[in-house]
Amino acid sequence: MSFLRDALLVAGKDLRIERRSRVALQQIVPFGAIVVMLFAFALDSDRVLLHQAAPGLFWAAVLLAVLLAVGRSFSIEEANRARDGLRLSGLDGGSIFLGKAAAVALELFLLELIVGAAVVVLYDVTVRGVVVLLCSAVAATIGLAATGTVYGVLAGGLRARETLVPLLVLPAVTPVMLGATRSFQAALAGTPGDAWPWVQLLAAFAVLAVTAGTVAFGPLLEEA
Amino acid sequence: MKRLFLALTVVAIGVTVVFALWVTPPRPNQGFDAVRLLYLHVPTAWVAYLAFGVTALASLLWLVPRTRDTAWDLLAGASAEVGVVFTGLTLMLGALWGKPAWGTWWEWDARLTTTAILFFLYLGYLALRRTGATADERGKRCAIAALIAFADVPISYLSVTWWQTLHQQGTVFNADRHVLISGSMAFTLIAAVVSFTMLYGYLVLERFELARLEEGREARELERAIAERVRAEPTEVVPA
Amino acid sequence: MLGRFPALAGADLDVEAGEVLLLSGPNGAGKTTLLRLCAGLLPLRAGEAEVLGVDLTVEPRRVRRAVALVGHETFCYDDLTVAENVRFAARSTGHGVADADEALARVGLQRVANVAHGRLSQGQRRRLSLANALARKARLLLLDEPHAGLDEHGREVLEDIVRSAAADGCTVMLASHELDLARRLATREVRIVAGQVHAVPAPTRVAPEPEPELGAHA
Repeated sequence: MSFLRDALLVAGKDLRIERRSRVALQQIVPFGAIVVMLFAFALDSDRVLLHQAAPGLFWAAVLLAVLLAVGRSFSIEEANRARDGLRLSGLDGGSIFLGKAAAVALELFLLELIVGAAVVVLYDVTVRGVVVLLCSAVAATIGLAATGTVYGVLAGGLRARETLVPLLVLPAVTPVMLGATRSFQAALAGTPGDAWPWVQLLAAFAVLAVTAGTVAFGPLLEEA
Repeated sequence: MKRLFLALTVVAIGVTVVFALWVTPPRPNQGFDAVRLLYLHVPTAWVAYLAFGVTALASLLWLVPRTRDTAWDLLAGASAEVGVVFTGLTLMLGALWGKPAWGTWWEWDARLTTTAILFFLYLGYLALRRTGATADERGKRCAIAALIAFADVPISYLSVTWWQTLHQQGTVFNADRHVLISGSMAFTLIAAVVSFTMLYGYLVLERFELARLEEGREARELERAIAERVRAEPTEVVPA
Repeated sequence: MLGRFPALAGADLDVEAGEVLLLSGPNGAGKTTLLRLCAGLLPLRAGEAEVLGVDLTVEPRRVRRAVALVGHETFCYDDLTVAENVRFAARSTGHGVADADEALARVGLQRVANVAHGRLSQGQRRRLSLANALARKARLLLLDEPHAGLDEHGREVLEDIVRSAAADGCTVMLASHELDLARRLATREVRIVAGQVHAVPAPTRVAPEPEPELGAHA
């Protein structure tokens, strides 16, 4: 089916660019780690407090990293008018959306693994409920990547888009922040059963975000 | 005509104030006199929801090609501005009431949190409006952003029935649809809602007209710039 | 339209398959606008446009897949190599890696196939744009100042591509200030002044006669 094939083509293009430029690996992942450290300083390195707040702090760091990842995903389209090139390519807007969002999601997932390891070490966290952690992380990541990609194309070509996209994205992804934090809390507390309503919330949000993006990306890309 | 409307609005608000401050009784379990903030806080919240509803509807009308008209885009923006102001007011009035009634300025329950998120969602929408130079650039992006943001309105409104919140349940109707309020309080509340809705209408009208004027000026400036550019190029005589 | 000011008005144009149409005229007259319009990049405010038998307002994507715009920008990614960029162009219209490599060879860039796009000279970028157009097997070539930045050899490549495309039944529209060079290639010329299209008497060559494939009335 050419729709998915084109999405894979676009995702492959974005990931190849990342492999070549290594921006996510060398800039965004360290950024996530630094934020984790900043939180530790903010809470006065209080081990008990950090341990309790770990899920929330982890996802706060991921949310901030998403902003960078989405910004990067669209800044590569600015040079050489590549954005016009995408329109001219004749690729379907929905395919381009899925491809770009998938690439962001994969980069994000990698970041979560590394930053998560940092959190485990720095905040003294015992990892439990791995299945719940993984399911909620996957759902949350898809929701974040999709929402970010929608707003990324929405603000594309506008002045001040680097400061506009964060302002647009963060309020919109609060359900993810909430759901992911709560499910992580439940998993780490040893009561993974409590997490499932939150995982459902995350999954519903992800479905909505992907649907909205697939529909709206094409028309939004057409804007100058 | 507009001035008459403004005058009526002022009268309506005046009536509301008189009733709110002097006629209605204080309530012990809702902060005594602070309960009078009810007559401000509920209407501002209602107007905020109304304003964002109008923005969403206008955005939808703009998106549909058959009904597309710049007027809808301008209306959406005007209504959202008023909406953001009223959301901010709602939050502030709520805090003012919360301190005497609950002992705290703020609480992270579902109603307050979703309202705060609503405030930021539309603040972002307003920022988005300002970065598009022309109506064309703005239209589609803002319309979609407005529709996404509107999802929070029903969530915020229903939050008190869906979750356990510190914020009280609906003032007029609770979840079982029994009317909870009566007498002078009911009258004052209705008067407040009506007069604030009138105020909303007036503010949006003024803002809309202002937006029309702004748009007209931008279009004229653009035309002038283009005319200059064409005039500057040497036109050649077409060979016969 | 730029604001309420029509950038291109009264452009009644019919271009036939196999034609190489030259658009001449002063800066700001609307040549680039017309090319971008035919590529489906700009919205049509009034009138109708049919490109390669497809109505532009109804099915812009179908038009875009069959059209290639070669202009100042390459629409490529600086971090990817020449080969990767051309392959992306080919695969986005359903063609394969082989088509991409063949296109690279035709424009003479196969030696820099593994050089990052960001490192290319302007002349090389021009040729890369042409390679993208070939890799996508475009039926309509829209060339905006194609001679700019090309050296002697590059110009030969350009002429070869334009001639063989026309011979193949493709249509070419090119906007150029290099009138001497462009007139050698063109089968017909129109002049665009202040958004209006004016015909120019044909030089000695005779235009081929197949049925019209492209009509734009804007």
